[in-house]
Amino acid sequence: MFKDSSLHIAARDSIVWWKAWLIRLIAVLLSLIVCAIVIFGLTKMNPVEVYKGIFSGAVGTSRRAWVTIRDTMVLLLIAIGLTPAFKMKFWNIGAEGQILVGGAATAALMIYAGDSLPTPVLMILMFVASMAAGVIWGVIPAIFKAYFNTNETLFTLMLNYVAMQIVTFCIVYWENPAGSNTVGIINSATRAGWLPELGGLTYGWNVVIVLVFTIGMYIYMKYSKQGYEVAVVGESQDTARYARINVKRTIIRTMGISGGICGIAGFLLVSGASHTISTSTAGGRGFTAIIVAWLSKFNAFVMILVSFFLVFMGKGAIQIASQFNLNENASDVITGIILFFILGSEFFIRYRIAFTKAHK
Amino acid sequence: MVEAVNAIELKNITKRFGEKVIANDSVNLTVRKGEILSLLGENGSGKTTLMNMLSGIYFPDEGQIFVNGKEVMISSPKDAFDLGIGMIHQHFKLIEVLTAAENIILGLPGKMTLNMDEVIKDIQALVDKYGFELDCRKKIYEMSVSEKQTVEIVKMLYRGSDILILDEPTAVLTPQETEKLFAVLRNMRADGRSIIIITHKLHEVLALSDRVSVLRKGKYIGTVNTCDATESSLTEMMVGEKVSLNIDRPEPENPREILKVSGLTCLDNEGVKSLDDVSFTAFGGEILGVAGIAGSGQKELLEAITNLCPIAEGTISCVNEHGKEVVISGKSPEHISKESIHIAHISFVPEDRLGMGLVASMDMTDNMMLRSYREGKGIFADRKKPRELAERLIDKLSIVTPGVSTPVGRLSGGNVQKVLVGREIAMHPDILLVAYPVRGLDINSSYQIYNLMNEQKKKGVAVICVIEDLDVLLEISDRILVLCGGRVTGIVDGRTATKDEIGLLMTKGQKEESHV
Repeated sequence: MFKDSSLHIAARDSIVWWKAWLIRLIAVLLSLIVCAIVIFGLTKMNPVEVYKGIFSGAVGTSRRAWVTIRDTMVLLLIAIGLTPAFKMKFWNIGAEGQILVGGAATAALMIYAGDSLPTPVLMILMFVASMAAGVIWGVIPAIFKAYFNTNETLFTLMLNYVAMQIVTFCIVYWENPAGSNTVGIINSATRAGWLPELGGLTYGWNVVIVLVFTIGMYIYMKYSKQGYEVAVVGESQDTARYARINVKRTIIRTMGISGGICGIAGFLLVSGASHTISTSTAGGRGFTAIIVAWLSKFNAFVMILVSFFLVFMGKGAIQIASQFNLNENASDVITGIILFFILGSEFFIRYRIAFTKAHK
Repeated sequence: MVEAVNAIELKNITKRFGEKVIANDSVNLTVRKGEILSLLGENGSGKTTLMNMLSGIYFPDEGQIFVNGKEVMISSPKDAFDLGIGMIHQHFKLIEVLTAAENIILGLPGKMTLNMDEVIKDIQALVDKYGFELDCRKKIYEMSVSEKQTVEIVKMLYRGSDILILDEPTAVLTPQETEKLFAVLRNMRADGRSIIIITHKLHEVLALSDRVSVLRKGKYIGTVNTCDATESSLTEMMVGEKVSLNIDRPEPENPREILKVSGLTCLDNEGVKSLDDVSFTAFGGEILGVAGIAGSGQKELLEAITNLCPIAEGTISCVNEHGKEVVISGKSPEHISKESIHIAHISFVPEDRLGMGLVASMDMTDNMMLRSYREGKGIFADRKKPRELAERLIDKLSIVTPGVSTPVGRLSGGNVQKVLVGREIAMHPDILLVAYPVRGLDINSSYQIYNLMNEQKKKGVAVICVIEDLDVLLEISDRILVLCGGRVTGIVDGRTATKDEIGLLMTKGQKEESHV
């Protein structure tokens, strides 16, 4: 049978949107079934209970739900920041460092100016400072790329470590209490420099800031002249030169925007969430956001869903770890399986599989 | 009856792309042993698709393939290799930093140790047998296009292919190189190998092949013996109706100086002169053809005029209708695009259509915007006017596309060129620069492009075009500038010059270089 027929893969011309989403939905369902088998096989526990544990860990209480939303927003903002760079085919894997320098700038202002400035001024100052720090961190590799054609992947990656060392250096000065080798909660008594509540919602500002950037980036990439330049430079530098686009300027400007937004993510992490700074403030989000951006194919609104899913699973992991005495990696296994299926489903969306029988 | 077995027989081959596009519609084709078959057809007639199914790149939706009388399934290039089918694509698949011999044996199974001397001896034997010219130890990046092509052909022979498919092999060759290639192909035919050659050039079909098969719009039209065919009978088969082969050439009306180039010298990345002291004047209302062997400075000349290529020495200036002369060379791109509106608008159709003139993944609207997106105030780009322009062009130039929002990379070669030329002409240029305007285009599209160029000429535009086909160049140009090694070796009258005369100028000054 198999000798006479063979499998052929053909690219699809286009696919109706609902078909594409149906394929994705089937993929998610299949992945949950596979996860259930894996959970049962490894732990002999009822998979439904484990799923419930994940759910409760992520959104079980209103506090948990808000933490999930807060972390979703930060991840989303970083992915939004990466979007223009990736559209330009500038492989910015330095979001981690850009977040850290943004966070460090925020922490510095909280520590040195926290008590002397009124909250609105301080907030604006921290916002601008974190953005500026991120811009610098993003523009450095862009300048080298534009003028010397250095490899941006290695350059941005290395800058992550530089940023980490800077933060380590700052911790020496900001140590609190002395000898702890950590910064501790900054201004824990006065709450100076803490991102305030908005309309009674603890993380209201986080949501507003990130959503404004999300919509802004969508419009920028889709309708602005600069967004068009970014797309052209990303597709072909020769065409960009032909169209009289200043390629060097576009690269530097776009990385400034990308780095700046990641810097603001650092501000949200320090002022709006942890109120401290350490080398793990970014915590790998700069890399996770790359997955978010690519999985969403740079669609700002799909990014919301993807970031939420990843954070949801992360929070659930902590819960099932304590509730069932499972290793936290158990949830990584589940996330991995689900991502595998979702990524795999893209193949079936793009290609059609057909069996052909040979004539005899 | 063993003798009569065909090397290849295709029966009712159908290939669809998506639901709408039928690239091949029950095509039948036979290739005999020891013959050269030309596969002729307009662009988009499905020649390359058909051949890609033979070489395992595509798989037919319907139909049967027989090789040496046996039905086969070719589902990968490896299957094709195993059947002795080798295809030489238009774009070479060679590794630049390796030598010819290394490229030839690349991917072949072998013993643990590699005896390069022995391999080279084997290759040399093949090279000598068929009369190729090849230095096995030369690295690919040091080679000319023709040498690279030789490597590709020898690679296929070394792997034991006795059915060779060549996709437009002469598009990149000079007339002399073409002759050499043909001689080698004839030797291979004499050795009993079968060759399929895809080409647009009718005189080559007539000079080389034994039989000609014609495709039109994906359908098989027929096969004729070359000895019974003429250029006009083949053209008729290709396009379905008789078309005149004469290109219109109106007399220039009130030519006036528009572009002056003097002493232009450009350096390439290695500091070698790609253009050397080039001087000429282009007049409005005439077509100035540029002839030369590939890589003689044609690209640099056009890019220098459009300020895309830095100038080492010399000046380029434009003259407006009041006789005012303004130097445009050495100014920043932004400066020029602002200022040139008042001096002379320069439109440019570059050689690399999808890699430079257009963005393949963008739709027509966005591609129209390339030249105009800066217009209008504010930070937002206007997409309404570009869309209207795109719709107008589809209508006026009968561009075949599902719509303005289809990526231009999905269109066929002729339609891509219409999009590009259409956009450039819509800018109302004073100077129109065109590089290889009809390369890879079918006859109908080619004529449409010639007509567009003539239309611009009549409007008083100075048209400068680089064309590789000397027959066409001699029919369309008012004057012909010949480049050789970056130098102008002559500017001749297009109405009186002969092909031989231009051929001589194209190779003038190249003599002193050692020719192996």
